[in-house]
Amino acid sequence: MQALDRKLLRDFARLWKQALAIALVLACGVAILLTALGMYTSLSETRSTYYERNRFADVFVTVNRAPERLAAELAAIDGVWAVETRTTGDTVLDVPGNLRSVTGRILSLPADGTPRLNVPIVTTGRLPEPTSTSEVMVNANFAIANNLQLGDIFFANLNGQKRQLTITGTAQSPEFIYTIGPGALMPDNETFGIIWMPQPAVAAAFDMTGAFNDASLKLAAGAQRTAVMAQVDRLLDPYGSLGAYGRDLHLSDSFIDAEISQLRNMASILPPIFFGIAAFLVSMVMGRIIMLERSQIGLLKAVGYSNLEVCLHYLMLAGLIALVGIGIGWFAGSWLARLLAEQFAIYFDFPFLIYRTSPWVFAVSGIAALLTTTLGAAQAAIKAARLAPAIAMQPPAPPVFKRSLIDRAMAAMRFSQPTIMILRSLFRWPLRSGLTMLGLALAVSTIVSPAFFDYSLARIVDNAFYEANRQDGMLVLSQDMPDSVLSGTAALPAVLQTEGQQFHPVILRNGNREKRTSIQASRPGADLARVISSSGSAVDVPPGGVVLSERLASQLNVGIGDQVEAEFLSGRRETQFLMVTDTIAQYIGLGAYMDLDYVNTLLRQTSRISLVNVSLDDAEVADLHARLKDIPNLVGIVMMSDTRRSFSETIEQNIDAMNLIYIVIALLITIGVTYNGARIQLSERSRELASLRILGFTRGEVSYILIGETMLLAVLAQPLGWWIGAVIATAMANTYSSDLYNMPVVLDPAMFAKSSFIVLLASFASVMLVRRRLDRQNLVSVMKVRE
Amino acid sequence: MPEIAFRTKGVTKIYGTGDVKVYALAGVDLELYAGEMAVLLGPSGSGKSTLLNILGGLDHATTGRVWFRDQELTELPDRALTRFRRDHVGFVFQFYNLVPSLTARENVQLVTDVSPDPMFAEEALTLVDLADRMDHFPSQMSGGEQQRVAIARAIAKRPNILLCDEPTGALDSTTGIQVLEVLADINARFGTTTVIITHNADIQRMAHRVIQFQDGKISSVTTNDERLAPAEIVW
Repeated sequence: MQALDRKLLRDFARLWKQALAIALVLACGVAILLTALGMYTSLSETRSTYYERNRFADVFVTVNRAPERLAAELAAIDGVWAVETRTTGDTVLDVPGNLRSVTGRILSLPADGTPRLNVPIVTTGRLPEPTSTSEVMVNANFAIANNLQLGDIFFANLNGQKRQLTITGTAQSPEFIYTIGPGALMPDNETFGIIWMPQPAVAAAFDMTGAFNDASLKLAAGAQRTAVMAQVDRLLDPYGSLGAYGRDLHLSDSFIDAEISQLRNMASILPPIFFGIAAFLVSMVMGRIIMLERSQIGLLKAVGYSNLEVCLHYLMLAGLIALVGIGIGWFAGSWLARLLAEQFAIYFDFPFLIYRTSPWVFAVSGIAALLTTTLGAAQAAIKAARLAPAIAMQPPAPPVFKRSLIDRAMAAMRFSQPTIMILRSLFRWPLRSGLTMLGLALAVSTIVSPAFFDYSLARIVDNAFYEANRQDGMLVLSQDMPDSVLSGTAALPAVLQTEGQQFHPVILRNGNREKRTSIQASRPGADLARVISSSGSAVDVPPGGVVLSERLASQLNVGIGDQVEAEFLSGRRETQFLMVTDTIAQYIGLGAYMDLDYVNTLLRQTSRISLVNVSLDDAEVADLHARLKDIPNLVGIVMMSDTRRSFSETIEQNIDAMNLIYIVIALLITIGVTYNGARIQLSERSRELASLRILGFTRGEVSYILIGETMLLAVLAQPLGWWIGAVIATAMANTYSSDLYNMPVVLDPAMFAKSSFIVLLASFASVMLVRRRLDRQNLVSVMKVRE
Repeated sequence: MPEIAFRTKGVTKIYGTGDVKVYALAGVDLELYAGEMAVLLGPSGSGKSTLLNILGGLDHATTGRVWFRDQELTELPDRALTRFRRDHVGFVFQFYNLVPSLTARENVQLVTDVSPDPMFAEEALTLVDLADRMDHFPSQMSGGEQQRVAIARAIAKRPNILLCDEPTGALDSTTGIQVLEVLADINARFGTTTVIITHNADIQRMAHRVIQFQDGKISSVTTNDERLAPAEIVW
């Protein structure tokens, strides 16, 4: 090993604390990049491989009832590669051992065996016999959640009859990677299951012999999807089609898609922040090292080392810091990725997860980190290379201070000399002070920005579950039924209050903008499922109008008083023009609300409802479940109290973990910035501070200068940090918002206070660590050191 | 006629720009002979160090010309000056300029790593009588020892020229004499052209020639008919 390399290693060992503080910040960037990019590629690859292997369809359509012969016509559409028609339906299940009523989605399996599209993977057991009327295959997670084994039985209400079904196998399907039941907000495998059953049995149960109500199409390469969808609609419209839609509106796929784009955003937003801070820290520390090593640099050049060799020497020091950061980042990133993969396993039902952590992801994060540090060190290293040896070996000229207006102001305010020293140093190096402040502000914003989730979700829960949807349960009917259902429901055990609601799938249009959603219609004075105005009070939708959620209104570009075109996809499939009477803040789904009686009049139909909202007496809920399992025409019950609880619990767990991670990150940034800043200050000022001690200043008075400058910058950084945090929070809210969830930006003073408290405390602790060095300084030897 | 190691013609060095100009050197004509030991004497600011830096390729003259043997240094680019220093010049500084994170041996290796025909670091350290201190760090050595390491570092490349800027300036007389003995020994043993800057007028008596500086110019050059051994010098 060359002597210069040995110097490099020893310098690195001597600077290990500062190097580690920087390396940890860098490691955050590397880890997040690795995790986000790794999981992004992993999830995208897994999804596309899964879809390809199992022939996940490109176009989907639900109809009321279409004759089977149309399958051939669908297949004949130009650009269609394969068609699968089937019968599907939701029903209430009675699963032994599960006290709650469970919703099952029944899918028919073709008579000739395995489906051609959306092919399920049989995980255990086998497919049901094609001729059997009692054999079924269920999705594996449902079986696990309900502790069902092969050969076990459960019961299902099939068109009014309670039938016993036997499990012959379990499966996973590309259609149900994210499995969510009707009316539910989160996957719950215990109360929602997928059931594959042979076609003849399903057809008989749903009265669909010779017909289908669900079709999937796989397109040939290069086919025009919109053209195919138009053809499909033309063919199926007469049969009660709800309109063909692509993968983008497929529920399971759109959830995965949202996750994938979140990962992509995460990979592009956060790492650059960390890399930026690391570059700044490297440049600050390297700049100082080169100041301190001036004479050594002069010597190296005097004995014949070239500019390039000197430059490389210092770049390699930064490179070593990068290597440590990369190492820690790769390690932490792999760990984080595993953690995230486990999260995915909870929400997403993939039969496999391609997580190879491609070498290129490691390479990209490593190269990004190396480039960052090199860039940060470049200026200092070039400066070192350019130092003329004769000048380098002389002590540097004292920094130039000039009297300015600020000095006069300070004098006028009768600041003490130490305070003037602090302030003058801030103004003497404005860039350094500014960047230190920015670094600390970013630390504050790192805590502020994710903290908004907590408040945002509390707002969502409040709005969705306590203001708008106050019902304990929703009984979903298999089809619209007369109002008289309400009195029958009221007679059920535990039911205290009932209210009917009508749902209509619609496409809302304004010019060339359109959005597919559901219109929810209720009667004036509804108490269980209410429409909450932006001012927070419950409102009734006036007859003749429609109330839209703000997100929907903005997507359609309509405001109060505008007309919107509504194509009702159910019933007679009429198109009506509705006036937007109000827009409301709503955070779950794209809500559109109307008056129930007005809808009945508009669609010229007798009064009917699609679901019954109920309030329940907790003591009798078990009895209610027992009864529901036997009621025909019921698709399922959504227990809002369970939803409320699981929603809050799941999200809080995630948020607590996330907040903790971000607090750790903020601490690393704070320590990185303040520790390095204070160390550099100490090395710059050691003679000055020692002189003050010799002149009779106490340790406390001297440390005031050291601590004062750092803490002043830390305090000044707070408002900037709050502002950056609020900006990032808004950006994050937009990123996380989709048509499924709309995250409100809720900025609570408490979260600003918490962030500031953490960052100020960490700054203080870091600078106190440096203060200890100051206390230990030998005054005489410091004064002897030639700089 | 002895071989000429360095020759300068009308060398000036001006610091500062604009109205304030400081003439560190104001026209220096000088010849230094191969193998001689020359002492540059003069008060602070008389231009000794500036000339040494220019001779050693650490700095450029503002005007005038400088030759090392037949090679003109005056307009050499940075890269060529680096080459020149690497191949021919050894430096010894008043404050030793050792790298604190390297041991004595490693400080010498810093030079032997990049020189075309160096001696072993151990050999150089033995020459300055530090064979038993090779693995000590600068902080573990006395000032005299540190300066001897610096000399070992300077001679390890077998330089043609040894340029010493106040080599005893930071040392007491006993250790200073030890250092001078080493320098005299190297000069005698290897015929290394040795230039020593000093404030100390007594040191001049060990040199072949004494070059006196005043206000950026050479005020006198005297040749010692009789040289003293370092041990005979008293200050």
